[in-house]
Amino acid sequence: MNFDLTEERQMLQDSLRRYLREKYSTATRNEILERPNGMSEEVWTQLAELGVIGAMFTEEQGGFGGAGFDIAVVFEELGRAGVIEPFMDSALIGGRILAACDKTDLVEEMIGGGLQLAVAHGEPTSRYDMSHVRTSVDGGKLNGRKAVVMNAENADHLIVSARASGDVADEAGIALYLVAKDAAGLTIQGYPLLAGGRAAEVTLDGVEGELLTEDGFAVLSDVMALATMAQCAETLGAMDTATRLTNDYLGTRKQFGRPIGTFQALAHRMADMLIEMEQARSAVINAAGNLREETRIRDMNISAAKNLLGRAGRLIAEESIQMHGGIAMTQEYELAHIAKRITMADHRFGDTDHHLERFIALSAA
Amino acid sequence: MDLSYTDEELAFRDEVRAFMRDELPKEMSDKIRLGDELGKEGQEKWHAILNSKGWLAPNWPKKFGGAEWNAVQRHIFEEEAAAHHAPRIVPFGLSMLAPVLQKFGSKEQQDYWLPRLLEGKDWWCQGYSEPGAGSDLASLKTRAVREGDHYIVNGQKTWTTLGQHANMIFCLVRTDPDVKQQEGISFLLIDMNTPGIEVRPIILLDGTHEVNEVFFDDVKVPVENLVGEENKGWTYAKYLLTHERTNIAGVGFSQAGLNTVKRIARAEMAGGKPLMANPHFAARVAQVEIDLKAMATSNMRIISAAAAGGAPGVEASMLKVKGTIIRQEINDLARRAVGPYAMPFASEAIEGSNEALPDPHEAGPVAAQYFNNRKLSIFGGSNEIQRGIIAKVMMGGGQ
Ligand SMILES: Cc1cc2nc3c(=O)[nH]c(=O)nc-3n(C[C@H](O)[C@H](O)[C@H](O)COP(=O)(O)OP(=O)(O)OC[C@H]3O[C@@H](n4cnc5c(N)ncnc54)[C@H](O)[C@@H]3O)c2cc1C
Repeated sequence: MNFDLTEERQMLQDSLRRYLREKYSTATRNEILERPNGMSEEVWTQLAELGVIGAMFTEEQGGFGGAGFDIAVVFEELGRAGVIEPFMDSALIGGRILAACDKTDLVEEMIGGGLQLAVAHGEPTSRYDMSHVRTSVDGGKLNGRKAVVMNAENADHLIVSARASGDVADEAGIALYLVAKDAAGLTIQGYPLLAGGRAAEVTLDGVEGELLTEDGFAVLSDVMALATMAQCAETLGAMDTATRLTNDYLGTRKQFGRPIGTFQALAHRMADMLIEMEQARSAVINAAGNLREETRIRDMNISAAKNLLGRAGRLIAEESIQMHGGIAMTQEYELAHIAKRITMADHRFGDTDHHLERFIALSAA
Repeated sequence: MDLSYTDEELAFRDEVRAFMRDELPKEMSDKIRLGDELGKEGQEKWHAILNSKGWLAPNWPKKFGGAEWNAVQRHIFEEEAAAHHAPRIVPFGLSMLAPVLQKFGSKEQQDYWLPRLLEGKDWWCQGYSEPGAGSDLASLKTRAVREGDHYIVNGQKTWTTLGQHANMIFCLVRTDPDVKQQEGISFLLIDMNTPGIEVRPIILLDGTHEVNEVFFDDVKVPVENLVGEENKGWTYAKYLLTHERTNIAGVGFSQAGLNTVKRIARAEMAGGKPLMANPHFAARVAQVEIDLKAMATSNMRIISAAAAGGAPGVEASMLKVKGTIIRQEINDLARRAVGPYAMPFASEAIEGSNEALPDPHEAGPVAAQYFNNRKLSIFGGSNEIQRGIIAKVMMGGGQ
């Protein structure tokens, strides 16, 4: 066994960490949070130049990575700095769906940093059920409503899932379409998100799209496996920041004439946070390392990680705030944003309970 | 042992219910239910409605114009208010400062400030905490130096809740730096419009402007605004804290919050069934409900003892710790219940359209509330400080 990163991944991690430390300070990020489009194009382009997007694709797809650990390294760093630019939804999910559907030109554009995508899959009543698709397709026209679609307003194209056949929750019969942002009948109602970035409610009223695949579920489940693992890595990075900030604060904040970290009531809880960090890191390694295993093994490891990160993330976000006291409640302080990123991650790709149930079901299979 | 209300208490509850039904404006309760801010005007309007019924100051003695309710009546009122999504009574003037003035203030101070409080002429805020003095409040540094008929105040307060609306602030200030910390503190009433005071907003993590920093630069405060004796402020502050802790368990808020969680979870679908029928979610809800039922009885036991004349001491700390844990757990359940719709920010309409934000269950900004209510275990004496008190008292130290 060897738990060291390869040289290339180590280099990517170092350069990404350096860039974000120098160019993505709390003040810069808080300014980006206020922007109407919820992101910085400059940061997007510069990170693309650093190879952040290329690392998400295999060589056959035009990238130079694409394996679990390539993606985990990138997202852990993005999470550590609380990056709000839509690398998850636009580049990883959108890009890898297009790569799976052989849209080589668009993938190339994506890797170069010149494309924005949005994936319109979830619906108002689908919650975390991936096969729940009610949006219909009839004679090539899409009709329906998609919920909390990340990055929809910035996207050049939307990838839309639609039910070509079968019942609302069937895995078979889900097709994927590529829809241009200015397609007739497409309405995008955007809003800001609590943890940064923007999403939208998307209404499709007889919208024409280009068929990407008729086996949408297979593509989605592979890409969502990647994305869920990436989300865990991102949350791990954010948890690491929360833990570090809390550790530092306990050493410097004084009350009653001594650093508050010298109160055992806090010191033991800090120790628990550090223990949970190790658990979380291992869970992410399990998920990333098993991505190419058979589906059941892959998904068990992913659900295990998402469940564990949900629990450990909650503990770390809440304890970090509590042990800081009032200061952690202020928007200006880095921890506030980081804690929101950690908690809101529980609302993506299935929450703690969803993945517990999925783990039980997969274990029994 | 009798767990039910007496006939008298039941009649009182009916009266409160009828009042909430008839007098609480719907636009107010809608706002509260959806987690919106009432704003200064709305809040003052609610105070005026309560005042016209004589219910604005439940804990004041009748001779000062209060309702002089006992602890059980107060509890009933708080429970009904929460159930009907009534706004809170802003506590700083009415339930924190007033008891101090009634007990330690001069006749002139009582005659001047107390009627103004009922009439809504002043909005008070609490100037205790400082950047360096949070849990260790007695280490506060804001300095007041006597010069003739005035104190000259210099320093900084922080976390001042709703200070942006306030025209008055009651402050703990240091008048003697050379004695034991607790013995050099005084209690001053300061007009926020005095030259040298600057209020700066602090935006909280859910985007709300709820607290402020207040800076004092050579602020002149007339000596008649000193409450009680110089250097005795710590005694008054501690007295005030016992009043800050009424309704500390927040049972009414928890009950209302739990009802909301259940309402959402009955409508939200998960895997083809209502979320409430999902065993994991149902177990989480049941667990909190079991805790809340016991808490409600603990609360009544302690309240009845207080009504019978026993002072709630360490029990108040117990209610604070467990009550806030339960409230925060309910906030957590609400954000879980709404699934992906926990992520949108704010409760305003979508930009460029008149449509409300996506919120299929009219749940309001539940995730924002979850974050905002992390404050419950931090302020009013953090849960760590409360546990310290419990341990100290119960393990043989006395209070
Ligand atoms: C939303 C909000 C509104 C507020 N409104 C007001 C207001 O209107 N007026 C006002 O005066 N103040 C107000 N406060 C301030 C509040 O009372 C303080 O935040 C509180 O006293 C804690 O102080 P601190 O934030 O400085 O944390 P600190 O005291 O620095 O505490 C940091 C951490 O250390 C822990 N700790 C400290 N001492 C010990 C110990 N001895 N043993 C174990 N653990 C310890 C604390 O529990 C906490 O977890 C408000 C605070 C908030 C968040």
